[in-house]
This record gives sequence, structure tokens and C-alpha cells, in this order.
Amino acid sequence: MSGLLFESGEWSFDSLKRTYDAIEEIAVGEMGLDPYPNQIELISAEQMLDAYSSIGMPIFYHHWSFGKRFARDEAIYRKGYGGLAYEIVINSNPCISYIMEENTMTMQALVMAHAAFGHNHFFKNNYLFKEQTDASGILDYLGFAKGYISRCEERYGIGPVERILDAAHALMDQGVNRYGRRARPSLAEEMARSAAREAHAQGSFNDLWRTLPASGRRTPEAGLDDPDAPGRGAMQLPEENLLYFLEKFSPRLRSWERELLRIVRNIAQYFFPQRQTKVMNEGCATYVHYKIMTRLHELGKISDGSMLEFLASHTAVVCQPEFDDRRYSGLNPYALGFEMMCDIERVALNPTAEDREYLPEIAGCGDPMGALRTAWANYRDDSFIAQFLSPHLMRRMKLFKLENHAAHDHYRVAAIHDGSGYTEVRRALAAQYDPGARDPNIEVTGANLAGDRKLELTHHLHNDVPLAEPDARAVLGYIADLWGFGVELRGLGRDDQLRYSFELRAEGTVPAEPPAMAAFSGWPQGDAPILYHPTLSFSGVGPRSGLETREPSSDLV
Amino acid sequence: MGMTVIDRRLNPSGKSLPNRQRFIRLAKSAIKDAVVRSIRERALGDVDSKEVVNIPMKRIAEPRLRHSGQGGDRDQVMPGNKEFLRGDTLPKPKSGEGGGRGSEGAPDGEGEDEFSFTLTTNEYLDVLFEELELPDLAKAKLKDAKTVRFHRAGHTPSGNPTNLNLIRTMRHSLARRICLGRPRPEALAALEAEIAVLAAMEPRDAEDQARLDQCLEDRRQLHARARRIAYIDPVDLRYNRFEARPQPTAQAVMFCLMDVSGSMTEDMKDLAKRFFLLLHLFLNRQYEKVDIVFIRHTTEAREVDEETFFRSRETGGTVVSSALAEMRRIVEARYPVEDWNIYAAQASDGDNYSSDSARCKALLTEQILPICQYFAYVEVHDQRQAEIFLSQQNVSDLWKDYAGCTPRANFAMKRVFSKADVFPVFHQLFSKTRLAA
Repeated sequence: MSGLLFESGEWSFDSLKRTYDAIEEIAVGEMGLDPYPNQIELISAEQMLDAYSSIGMPIFYHHWSFGKRFARDEAIYRKGYGGLAYEIVINSNPCISYIMEENTMTMQALVMAHAAFGHNHFFKNNYLFKEQTDASGILDYLGFAKGYISRCEERYGIGPVERILDAAHALMDQGVNRYGRRARPSLAEEMARSAAREAHAQGSFNDLWRTLPASGRRTPEAGLDDPDAPGRGAMQLPEENLLYFLEKFSPRLRSWERELLRIVRNIAQYFFPQRQTKVMNEGCATYVHYKIMTRLHELGKISDGSMLEFLASHTAVVCQPEFDDRRYSGLNPYALGFEMMCDIERVALNPTAEDREYLPEIAGCGDPMGALRTAWANYRDDSFIAQFLSPHLMRRMKLFKLENHAAHDHYRVAAIHDGSGYTEVRRALAAQYDPGARDPNIEVTGANLAGDRKLELTHHLHNDVPLAEPDARAVLGYIADLWGFGVELRGLGRDDQLRYSFELRAEGTVPAEPPAMAAFSGWPQGDAPILYHPTLSFSGVGPRSGLETREPSSDLV
Repeated sequence: MGMTVIDRRLNPSGKSLPNRQRFIRLAKSAIKDAVVRSIRERALGDVDSKEVVNIPMKRIAEPRLRHSGQGGDRDQVMPGNKEFLRGDTLPKPKSGEGGGRGSEGAPDGEGEDEFSFTLTTNEYLDVLFEELELPDLAKAKLKDAKTVRFHRAGHTPSGNPTNLNLIRTMRHSLARRICLGRPRPEALAALEAEIAVLAAMEPRDAEDQARLDQCLEDRRQLHARARRIAYIDPVDLRYNRFEARPQPTAQAVMFCLMDVSGSMTEDMKDLAKRFFLLLHLFLNRQYEKVDIVFIRHTTEAREVDEETFFRSRETGGTVVSSALAEMRRIVEARYPVEDWNIYAAQASDGDNYSSDSARCKALLTEQILPICQYFAYVEVHDQRQAEIFLSQQNVSDLWKDYAGCTPRANFAMKRVFSKADVFPVFHQLFSKTRLAA
């Protein structure tokens, strides 16, 4: 009997199991990977389309935007414009991988190596996933979310629920904590701190201070009552997580509406690490499947034919068109990630003098898997590139940095892959993956609780890149709807100069209590999405009613 | 490490259906426009196919706070440098040329004016017939006992073994066992264990021996009790009960009456066919079973199959009453009024022997309308005749006579001049508001 795991392209449950075991032996035994237990689910193309529309999750709440996505994906698939993914993998414990029944056995092997071991290991070991996601709890949480939202729909109607979800989805990118939250002091710590504070007060007591006239200076406790520092105390402004802020402090939301915001926010946070580790995650999975498939072939467990089929598919995945190619659409994370992983292996085993200079920690350490596992655990895309992109790889990919400044009427090549450019190219590429640069940095900076309750948002422009304006205006409408009062968004440039300001103003008297939902007879269909609270009128008329723009600097927007 | 393979392929697909319904609800007005437009433009016989709907993107936009594609200082690292050196400059493409390929991949939806997707046949018909309603959907009188349907109706202590309700049965059994104190298996097991220990002691003193005897006696009693009180007793049994309920009549017959005399051109027949098609689709949605009877007439009427009805031509005069009489005859012969919901649609160009018109009116009011759920008269005209007949004074003979019947609730008449009119006319004839008024 030959040592082949499978002979034909058709897969069977037996050959899946056999192949999985062989892969596991290599992945865990030889490469030292540490994945969650695996659960592999076979699905049909139709089910894959279903899974697409709910971001790949097996359970998800219902919303029209998923229906829209489904309609689009289905049309693309039916017309043959695009194929379906071979697999979807979910960061859960056990780790669920969906694989398609249409795949050949070789593809199933590739997919298992890629998803069930590559991604799985990354999910379990990367620090961001460990800190920000709860792999064991996510499916239960999604089950809860789905149940909760459908109960809300039953009780309050689809319209009102959709209204909150639409707004929450619009703020999803701003609904995450970019940096770990300050840990809440435990009760014991709190008590120790207040005891220390008291001891200090007693120790430094001097009756003389009592005799000073009141200065009128505000005390830190003034907080909510002080119009100059509206709510800073309780609200802990500035706050970067807009959804969190609205959930906690919006004056008009009802408790179930707050819970909806919370659900969307938690899900956004769950997906946040994936956005920050795209290159690494795909690089890790691609490297792992490449290593495993090559090893299986070496061991004589898969045939030459299978190997060729694998290589064809692998090559397509890691293809990186050059910048002047018609197919070019930015750097391919699979390609960049895979190249970097292979490069780390090379540096660990056969370093050059240059590598020893640029990557002293791993050069010649002789344990490529150890170096990779450490990298996978402790970095995210930007830090990973800043740390590990070697001059060798920059030359190989012929990377160069192109400057596109608004003030200039031409592009400028700022650095290329030469001695004077390595550092700059590497820094620029790392910056490209910095989440702070990718998503607009918008914070809640004030809420005038003592006055008209206007919410102040500040956008710190990154390199003076403005917001897409029509979208920003629409989202501002959503925020006004959730907040219930006026909203102003101010964009500050590098030098803290005001670049733009959008404002949505609430006019007239504002009811102290939010109006009952009963007054709400569904949304008129067919119009642009309704954004504003029905009982608030906003200034201005015309299609952009209520929106006002001031443009202090003329060179922008 | 554990690995599980789960075969999900047999799970129902269509998990995304509720999402789709929500999406369609949102985009309804756009979909409605598209559907009505398609009815005008579609080829004949194509009403059943799928419909592609384009929706303006702005209605279903999902705005986000994201960076604009233009403005600001952006640095890009790109692969594949060939001849560039540090400090080289390149001209920027003129604005409007798509912003250059360096931009961070156009975000979803930007530049897309319309979003297009395909409606399923059912969704299409839902939209098409929304707000339309059949008068007197089902007859008050019930059909014979053949159409009964079984419904769940509680539980019963006797019944067919296949209907045994295990949960109910076990619940009763458990309650009874607790009430009557049937010995629990654990109690028996504990006793057995004690007996085994005592029996193994050798020699036993008097106290142990007494204890052993006591245990043996207890065991005998427990066994006896367990035998007397059954684990499951016939009084525990509960069966699902089903009740037969008669179903209301849910079948309809649709009569298509058409004048095929020489004066009816192909265009006019085409208009008539569209109307019949819509009516058929509509009836099919409302009734489980719809029969169609095609009656065509010149001077005399004949029942024909669909092909002949629409295709073949005949020459000759027109006696409309013959078709009405034929319909009456067929109803008597095959479609007992008690069992069938009878609908009729008549298409004609309005020509008739002048002497026949009065007879038509009499037939209609005295014999046909009393047995019909609904009778629609559609007068089809050429575009050329449109101007002539648009005014209320210029009407055909038949129209004049039928006009006397209009106040009745189950009779309606309309004129159709072009393909574009067919759906609006159909809509008017069956709209809920009209029926309510």
C-alpha cells in the first residue's frame, strides 16, 4: 500500500480524518503550534453565501444590511464574477472552520492546514486576541444578541430596532477601545487609596488654610455643574469610543436601546484585533499551510499531482502585482505576510551580515519556528513590520515610498530600497498599518449638559486627510439621533488649527423626557434613511436641512 | 487534541432569509417601481421569470466615518519599483481621472450608483399583487367532507401507538410512582449492597443475623411493592389528539372569454392575453387549485385549449351572448356553484350585433353575475382608436349595455389601449380601496 493519504480528488470523511491527523502531527509535533481544539464543518455553496452575509458567524442577529450583502454576493457568484472563499474560520473555542463541499481533497488539506492550524494558532496566541476577545464566550454571546434583538423587534417593532442598529453600525469603527481600558481599581485598592488620601490629609492638616477667602476657582468635583467643564468628571472625557459614550451617557436612549448599542460595540471589539493583524494573521496561516503541505509531500503522503494543484492555488493566493500592473490594488496581505514569515525563517537560519545588523535578535538563532511563534504572539501589523521587515525583503519586493501631498502638484519618490531608504520605507509601511492612521481619530470632547446639551466631537486629522464628507454628514445625523440633541464635529489639523466643522443644531425647546415611542408610526419608506429625532427640528432647509458647514481654511474640502 | 467534523450540508440553507426580507422592506418603493415598469416592458409569457431590480445606492447607504479618498498628505509604500530613484517626481493625474491607483482601494459602494439584485418569483409576485385583493375569497359554504384537515387538539388517554406522547406519559408515570411510593432503584441497590456485606460476614453474631433477616424481609417487600406498582401503567398513557376540521373551499375556476372575430387584431389579443395572464397569476396565489376555461367566440362560442385560444384566427361576425351562454352551460355541467369560486374575465373590442347586446345584458345580470365571485370586462383597443374612445360619449355598443351593470359589487369594466395600461387597469380592478369603497 502506498503511503498516500488520499489518491483521488474526491474527499471522504475517512480521508479528511486521515489527512487531519497527518497535518496535526506536523503542525503540533514539528512546528510546535498550539491551536484550540478544532471543529470542522462542511457546508454547501449556498450556506457559504449565507455565512458571508453574517460576517461568517454561525449565529448572528438579523439586519437589512446583511440582506443587502447577501444579495450582492449572490449576484456576483451567480454571474461568475467571483468565486467563494474556500473556508471561513472563526475565532472561537473550539475553533470552527467552515469548508466547502466543492473543494477537492487537496484543497481540503490546504484549507485545514491554513485555517484549522494557522489561523487557529494565531487566534489563540496573539496578545491582541487574548486581551480583547473571548473565544470561549463569543458564540454564546452572539446567541444572546440574536435572541435579545429579536425580542426587541417583537416588542417594539422592526422599525425602531432598525433605527438604533443603523446608527450603531454607522459608528462601529468608532465603537472600539483602541487601547486597553484603564483597569477599574478593585474594592480593596479603592479602600486602600482612600485611606492613604485621608492619612495624607490628616498628616498635612493645617488650620491656617481654612482662613483663606474662597477663591472661586473650580474644584475637580464641580464636574457636572460647571458649564466650562461639562461632565468631565463622570464622563471621563475625552472618550474615543463613541458607542460606549452614547450607550452610557445619551440622555434620551431607553435601556433596551442602550443594550443594542452595547451589543454592536462588543461585536466591533471582537473583530477589532482581526483588522489590526491582517498581514500577520494571513501571513501566519499561509506560511503554516505552505510548510505543512511541503512536508506532507516530502513524507510521500500526498502525490505530485496534489502538490502541483496546491502550488497553483498557493501561488495565486500570494501573488503580488507590481504597482504599474493593471491588477494592482494595494499590497496583498497574504503576499506581504507570507514573504515576511519566509524571510524570518531565512534570517534565523542563514543570516547575512546585513541581517545581523538590522535584525540582531533573531539573526542566526537557528530556531525559525521559535522566532515566528514569538513574533505571532507579541506583535500586531504595524509593530511587526517595523520590527521584522528586512532590507533583503524590501529589495526583493522592490518597495518604494511615494509621497502624495495635497500642497504639491506632483508625486515624489521619497525613498527606495537602498541603503539610505530602508529605514524610511520600513517606517512608512508600518505607519500604513497603524490603526490610528487607518481609521479617523474621533473623540467626544464635550457635552454641554448645563446648556443646550450639544455634543462636541473632535476629529484629529491624520496628515490632514479629511473625512469623506457626505458620509460624515449622514453619520452625524445618526449620532444626533442617538444623542437626542445637537452635535458638532470639529476637525483639527496637525497644528490644532480648525480645519472644518459640521454642526447639527437642535432648535426650540427640548422636551425633558424623550417622547414615547408610541408617537412613532413607523418610518416613511423609500426616503433617504431617517436620521433625526422626530420631535426635534433642526435649523436650515433644503436637502441638507440642519447641516451647516464652516470652512475656516480654504485648502480643505 | 480533539477534532470534530460536522456535516452541515443538510442543514437548511436560507439562514439569511430574514435579512433579505428586511432589506426588501427597506427598498420596497424602489422595487415596486421596478416591478411595475417591468410589467410594461416584459415580453409576453415572461411574467414568471425572475426580475432584476436596481436600487439607487443612496437609499440603502451605510455611511461610516471614514477617510476621504482625496486631500491631505498621504504616503504610500508600493512594490515593484523599476527605475525610480529617491527624489524623482511624477505628475499627478488630473482630478476626475479616478484619483489614481494609489488610493486606498475605493471603500465599499463609492462610485456605485445603483445596487442591483434579483427578486425571486415569489417576491416578485408579492410586490406585484400587493394591495390587491380578491372579492369574496372563499365561499361561505364548505366543500364536502373530502377536504378535511387534521389539527392538533390536546391529549387523550386512548389512541394510536404512533401518537403516543412520551413526555406527557412519563410525567404522569413519574407523578404516580411518587404518590404511591414505588421503591426507587437506588433504595433497592443500597439494600442489596447491605445484604451482600452482611451475607459475606462469617460468622455473624446475633445482631447481624437479625439485621440480615430484616434486610431480606425488606427486600421481599420492596420487590412485591415494585411489582404491584407498575413503572408505566395504562392510566399514565397520553396520546396526541387530532381533530378533523373541514376546510373552506379553496378552489377557483377562471373563465377567459374572448372575441376572436376578424375585428380583433393581434395587438388587441396580446393586450387581452396580458390581462388573462395577470389574472391567472393572481388567482394562483390565492387558491390552492385554479382551473382555467378558455371560451372564444365569433358568432358562436366554443371551449378551446390555450394554444387555440390565443393563436388561431377566425373570421366572421360577433355574437357576444353566445360566449356567456357557453360559460353558463359549462358551469352547470362541471363547476357546481357551491364548490367553486367562479371568476370570469371577458375581453372584447366592443363590437357586437346590435340586436344581441340586450340579450347579453340580460344574460349577464340574470344568470352570470349571481353565480360569479367577480366578473371583469376589459375592452381592448388599438392605439389608433385611443383618441376616439377616450371620451365618454364615444363608446362601443357592448360598453353601453354593460355600463348599466356597473353598480354591482362583483362587476367591473375597464378599457385598455396599450401594454402600459394593462397593469394599472388590473390594479384598479382589484385594488383593496376600490373594493372597500
